[in-house]
Amino acid sequence: MTTRRTTLGGHTYEFDDLAALLAAATPERSGDSLAGLAAASEQERVAAQEILADLPLATFLQEQVVPYETDEVTRLIVETHDAAAFAPVSSLTVGGFRDHLLRPETDTTALAPGLTPEMVAAVSKLMRVQDLIAVGRRTPVVTAFRSTVGLPGTMATRLQPNHPTDDPVGVTASIVDGLLLGCGDAVIGINPATDSPNRTVDLLHLIEEVRSRYEIPTQSCVLAHVTTSIEIMERGAPVDLVFQSVAGTEAANSGFGVTLAMLGEAHEAALSLNRGTVGTNCMYFETGQGSALSADAHHGVDQQTLEARAYAVARAFDPLLVNTVVGFIGPEYLYDGKQIARAGLEDHFCGKLLGVPMGVDVCYTNHAEADADDTDTLLTLLGVAGCSFVICVPGGDDVMLHYQSLSFHDALYARQVLGLSPAPEFAEWMTRMDMLTADGRVRELGSDSAALKALTAGVS
Amino acid sequence: MTADPLAALRASTRARVALGRAGDALPTSELLALRAAHAAARDAVHAPLDTDAVAADVEALGLGLDVVRVTSAAAGRAEYLKRPDLGRRLADGGSLVAGEYDVVVVLADGLSPLAVRTHGAPMLAAILERLDGWRVAPVVIATEARVALGDEVAAATGARSVVVLVGERPGMSSTDSLGIYFTFDARRGRKDSERNCLSNIRPPHGTGYEAAATTLAMLMAEARRRGLSGVALKADPALEA
Repeated sequence: MTTRRTTLGGHTYEFDDLAALLAAATPERSGDSLAGLAAASEQERVAAQEILADLPLATFLQEQVVPYETDEVTRLIVETHDAAAFAPVSSLTVGGFRDHLLRPETDTTALAPGLTPEMVAAVSKLMRVQDLIAVGRRTPVVTAFRSTVGLPGTMATRLQPNHPTDDPVGVTASIVDGLLLGCGDAVIGINPATDSPNRTVDLLHLIEEVRSRYEIPTQSCVLAHVTTSIEIMERGAPVDLVFQSVAGTEAANSGFGVTLAMLGEAHEAALSLNRGTVGTNCMYFETGQGSALSADAHHGVDQQTLEARAYAVARAFDPLLVNTVVGFIGPEYLYDGKQIARAGLEDHFCGKLLGVPMGVDVCYTNHAEADADDTDTLLTLLGVAGCSFVICVPGGDDVMLHYQSLSFHDALYARQVLGLSPAPEFAEWMTRMDMLTADGRVRELGSDSAALKALTAGVS
Repeated sequence: MTADPLAALRASTRARVALGRAGDALPTSELLALRAAHAAARDAVHAPLDTDAVAADVEALGLGLDVVRVTSAAAGRAEYLKRPDLGRRLADGGSLVAGEYDVVVVLADGLSPLAVRTHGAPMLAAILERLDGWRVAPVVIATEARVALGDEVAAATGARSVVVLVGERPGMSSTDSLGIYFTFDARRGRKDSERNCLSNIRPPHGTGYEAAATTLAMLMAEARRRGLSGVALKADPALEA
């Protein structure tokens, strides 16, 4: 352990190790205070950022914040590091790395295999919101299955038709509502009310039936546990994407009942089904700052650094989609709209820089200090930042998980004001269905329109 | 076949489908409906529990049980929301007295004081009707309280087990949902996996008092027979619905 110190405003500040330094340098959030890791004062935070700015980026290759010997995520990060990709930035400090990323001539996408989560988290702690947006925007990550996600100028949507009892008619109604509002191009993805394999198969067939009837170029997913997906793939179920929640430490993943080996097995199985038409990315991961702390598995590391480590887990399996569920975990981790917005932009930036197809569930719970104005703000910022996809539920009200995400209308707003399109295959489908106007808006369909009659036929 | 396909869509789910549009946005009526639902949920989180009213309701049940009030170590709602660890600890200088008890019932405000105000006393009555042969401690009303505060209450009252009735995190369509957590051999440091939980108690929309109390009594009897609670305690079929 190396103690690092600096003097600011007449005080000398000391940080016992790299984890303590990273935590103290993190912009304020309730989860780090809850963990007892946050800077004790605003000046201590800046002092930590000053030390961090002068730290050689290569330090993160020599010093691990979570021990290599006891954590398979650390071993994954170390063993997959690409020294050649790291070479262009290998002599920089963290502060110099920020400057480098902001220069227009820098190819930010080529760096990904050479960057570790800790490097990316460290530089994000020095950045302002505009830096996170500017660099995120010029670091696209493009993936594909039946639609292509992450192309510059696009923003895709996960249509999330959750229902408290998985009622097939209720789920179908939400799917149809979303399709009529131009959503569902990233995935039609259901959180099942129970994790039963039979229920999962039923829901998959339900989406598959809607998707194939209208020949919609998208993919389905039932967000069951990875072991459930493995089991039902063996039984021949139509699995497009395998889902799993992941976190940034082995112990936190253990809390989710998952190991890297299990993810590898699921990835192989889904690849072998070969169900994609324009690409082979067939994994879907969700993450969120605070998940390791809530599992008592944080190793004294701040929640944002651990979140970036979760993206190292994700990128090992070539996912189609990864999103942070940024406001879901509650005010003890992200207290208010300001903390949620900052975290959402950090997560998007870190994911993209690590080569992950990053989306965001722009959301809040009713005990957080946040409301729909805060989700409007974050959605707009993420649209500017080139966020790959967002999550939408009818009216923004998830009647199963009891939190507020974006509505389908919100996606229409963001695409319109920012000039963003759906995934190209999905946009072509909407054109075929006569659902787009000549200037690219989603048409407001009358009850006698052909598309509305066709799509509602399965419900009414 | 309904004449208006959008009306059929609306009739088929509680989700907020077919809301209409004002340009790309929600129409004003729907915007305000969502705002009203969020306001109700926010108020359910933040309006303090009227402990006098709950105590009066409990005393009016005529159970012959004393009522004791405690608070957690969290000073106020903002600290409660930020520091769940403090909501699990009793404030210093409490008024709990130890005795010979098998179980103590705690009415905890949790994230919806409204839920405890509405459903706490009737739920308590339904539970106590079914606890033959259990020595029941005075009823505890706890504010700024998390579920695990019950472990400290059990220790302080000398009760072997604890039943915590707690307000659940409000949703936009359910602001007064009550949860029940039962812990056998309760003591500080018990994990969530060592508790049994019944949720969404809010008649007439959610689970009713009688059904919840019947399931809980079965779980408690089984827990006493086997000497444990939590995931190792086989859930009754009624819990798997």
